[in-house]
Amino acid sequence: MQKVYNKILSVTGNVITVKAADVAYEELAEITTFRGKSLAQVIKLENDIVSLQVFAGSQGISTNDEVRFLGNPMRVTFSDNMLGRIFNGSGIPRDKGPALTENMIEIAGPSVNPAKRIIPKNMIRTNIPMIDVFNSLVVSQKLPIFSVSGEPYNELLARIALQAEVDMIVLGGIGLKYDQYMYFKNTLEEGGALSRSVFFVHTASDPIVEGLMVPDLCLAVAEKFALKGKNVLVLLTDMTNFADALKEIAITMEQVPSNRGYPGDLYSQLAARYEKAVDFEGAGSVTVLAVTTMPGDDVTHPVPDNTGYITEGQFYLRNGRIEPFGSLSRLKQQVNDKTREDHRAIMDGLIQLYAQYIETEEKRAMGFRMSDWDGKLLKYGNLFESNMMDLSVNIALEDALDRGWKILAECFTPEETRMKTDLINKFWPKEAA
Amino acid sequence: MKQSKGTIVGINGNMISVAFEGNIIQNEVGYAISGEDRLKSEVIKIQGNIAYMQVFEITKGLKVGDEVEFTGEMLSVQLGPGILGMVYDGLQNPLNELAKMHGFFLKRGVILDALDFEKEWEFTPTAKTGDTVTGGSVLGHVKEGIFEHKIFVPFDIRGNYSLKSIVKKDKYKVVETLATIENEKGIKHDLMMYFEWPVKIPITNYRDKLVPREPLTTQTRIIDTFFPVAKGGTYCIPGPFGAGKTVLQQVTSRFAEADIVIIAACGERAGEVVETLREFPEITDPRTGKPLMERTIIICNTSSMPVAAREASVYTAATLGEYYRQMGLNVLLLADSTSRWAQAMRELSGRLEEIPGEEAFPAYLGSRIAQFYERAGLVELNDGSRGSLTIGGTVSPAGGNFEEPVTQSTLKVVGAFHGLSRDRSNARRYPAIHPLESWSKYKSFIPQNMIDEARKILFKGNEVHQMMLVVGEEGTSVEDYIIYLKSEFLDNVYLQQNSFDAVDGATSPERQNLVFQKVLNVLKEEFKLKEKDEARSFFNKLRQLFIDWNYFDMKDDKFNEQEALINQLIEEYSGDAKGL
Repeated sequence: MQKVYNKILSVTGNVITVKAADVAYEELAEITTFRGKSLAQVIKLENDIVSLQVFAGSQGISTNDEVRFLGNPMRVTFSDNMLGRIFNGSGIPRDKGPALTENMIEIAGPSVNPAKRIIPKNMIRTNIPMIDVFNSLVVSQKLPIFSVSGEPYNELLARIALQAEVDMIVLGGIGLKYDQYMYFKNTLEEGGALSRSVFFVHTASDPIVEGLMVPDLCLAVAEKFALKGKNVLVLLTDMTNFADALKEIAITMEQVPSNRGYPGDLYSQLAARYEKAVDFEGAGSVTVLAVTTMPGDDVTHPVPDNTGYITEGQFYLRNGRIEPFGSLSRLKQQVNDKTREDHRAIMDGLIQLYAQYIETEEKRAMGFRMSDWDGKLLKYGNLFESNMMDLSVNIALEDALDRGWKILAECFTPEETRMKTDLINKFWPKEAA
Repeated sequence: MKQSKGTIVGINGNMISVAFEGNIIQNEVGYAISGEDRLKSEVIKIQGNIAYMQVFEITKGLKVGDEVEFTGEMLSVQLGPGILGMVYDGLQNPLNELAKMHGFFLKRGVILDALDFEKEWEFTPTAKTGDTVTGGSVLGHVKEGIFEHKIFVPFDIRGNYSLKSIVKKDKYKVVETLATIENEKGIKHDLMMYFEWPVKIPITNYRDKLVPREPLTTQTRIIDTFFPVAKGGTYCIPGPFGAGKTVLQQVTSRFAEADIVIIAACGERAGEVVETLREFPEITDPRTGKPLMERTIIICNTSSMPVAAREASVYTAATLGEYYRQMGLNVLLLADSTSRWAQAMRELSGRLEEIPGEEAFPAYLGSRIAQFYERAGLVELNDGSRGSLTIGGTVSPAGGNFEEPVTQSTLKVVGAFHGLSRDRSNARRYPAIHPLESWSKYKSFIPQNMIDEARKILFKGNEVHQMMLVVGEEGTSVEDYIIYLKSEFLDNVYLQQNSFDAVDGATSPERQNLVFQKVLNVLKEEFKLKEKDEARSFFNKLRQLFIDWNYFDMKDDKFNEQEALINQLIEEYSGDAKGL
């Protein structure tokens, strides 16, 4: 019962219209042009006029090209065979492996009943002290990495992918540069993690509409694996490209823009994706870590701003380091009292001293005279930056806590740290005391 | 009423256009039939024989030509016993029951009754056969938790009716007929324990609307003392993300001295509601000794749930609030966040291709916001008793900039403004309500002249602080420096409050009176302090004593001991004015 139409009425941007009957909202169609076949999705129905967004873009579409409606919405295969495979933004393999067509599942399914959600309680260790110690990542959390272009956010994601304590990884690339895509692939391959990963990669050279599907594909697959008991980490890079693709389609469809050209439903669109993060009671979980590049390092830009209202905190990546001040994991309180008794004290203590160091550093830069205490803070700040904040530091949480005590002992007397006495008695390094 | 039918002629996102025959009404509910799914929709615009309807579900799979069944009813909620303690979505679907039937996901097209039709309630009639009744008259009551839940004649019954029959005291289900009424024209109605009411129409079956005067205690010091909320009043909490809006709402929902709290989680994170959902049944309400959940209703339409239902959710919440207010109770409605609700209106307005106003919000944004807050109020009911509905809404302005349409439209209509500041939250000064920019038109239980004195110190302290940033500490006189220290002292020990602490998190009016008096004495005192270092160390000491004091229970002996320590320190440094 597939319907074929041969007359395209209009081509505007990446949206075409055809006259057709019995077409469902969000149904898929296949368009055959001289460049090959492309998928398209119904985005508006008005009487018998159907508007479709063409995944491959509208370049080269002829008014008499064939449009064939497939009778189903966007779907993706789901099976264990997907592990280690790489797909594009239409769900078609981009590695040289065979096409997978069994067990197709619908994407962008219904949302989880809030009454079935549980309070998050398990930490995901990453061996990155700035995350584990200061802003712990928690199972079912949704966290963006706010950063400007040029920061090593993809390197950070790849490291988290390799080291995070999860069963599997779903990586979604939206507008990913080709070399970054190869970097992910090679890094995960060398690290032996590719076999527990699924990639959906839309590169910067692919048609922009195709990138729109990537988050939904990733999250639909992740959700299914989670329901089968897997703890899945979804990495998305970069969600600003996703928002820009939404903007492009919205403008083409002549929607009234709300803020800097972005459509009025940007918040709902982003939330629909991020809210897929969940911990299923009695099954697995989905945790979402997504890069959001901030144009002009402006956190009030509509994309990071709306994201910040949706997600449970954020990591600021600046100058190659995760900033301790702006970064926040809203869920860390749920887990960091169950790790080691000194975790919270070290977390607060080190940051308070680092904040004092920043003040001292400003005073020093302005040419003020440095006191003994200032000297200690300067020493501390440098040690903290090189031994804790640097992204190359790769140690387990307990080692990082020990290292925190060691840095304190190198710079201060126990009283100066304002730590609780019982913790000092237990954890202060003996040889230094 | 004869029910009309229609067919879909257009689909655009969550809006469908429907060609219909017969009569339909604005805001009428219809069902779009897609295979086995019946998708609830609401008429929002009628033009010729085309009705524009917002669909409360995902429209995926709908087709042009699909049928729409109209119901002849406006979007309504069920009002009757059994609402307290429930968790509903924006259309009053009980989420726990949905979870029992369909597991993890919100299945499309499933609609359940909001009330338990099987449960039996012990009904005590108070009206007698032969009584003259009208909409809003009380027939009797049932016991719902700790409250006497009044059973009303439906609010839309107009004119006088005579009570023909009423059942005797016994157990009944909400769907059983309790009474029959008849008017002069012989029109009869059988009345049950519940009835339906359209959410977008305010309930006005009361004698008079009064000016809110009495404070509604929230037990948050900066609110109750400086920027109070009145029973029946309105307030808003705008703030950028991460400034603690939701935590503040959660704290208020726990400690506010209202009879009933309705939490409308409107388009926000599901995770935040979960904490309330899981914790409230465990927490005991200190005033009643019962779980907090028994006085709470949660309307939960989180960010990933359908947008149109989000638009409806605040009205659902307001209607439930008005219903309980009719029983003479004090109801507090907390809406988090009204910006998401406004955005839902914006999405819809865009799909209707209306001419946009500022930032693409519809031109009627301001009047809709005003209408919503106007549903709050202190009323004198027909039996002379009083009930109130207080509305507090958070606003999430884009980029944290208050100069945007939702914040500005809200400020025009509310009675108090609790503006959250990013600077204060970055400095971990919680609650991050800005003490210089916020305001309230309501009266606190603390005399106004005392508050003014304290505010003056805050303003002066801020001036000194600004000056110090330029000229440094060295360039500031000792007198000015002490004013700065005093304002910091007030901020640290009184404005800031640890909402996660059992004692400090909730400060009773009695305690606020006591502590504020003491703080004010410090602010007014001229201390014998000659140098800045001396002043700083004195205020540091005093601050520490006060903060520790805040953490002692008033009934604890330590509370009094600590107060003595504070008095001792103050006396030690008081100037000649007081004399030693």
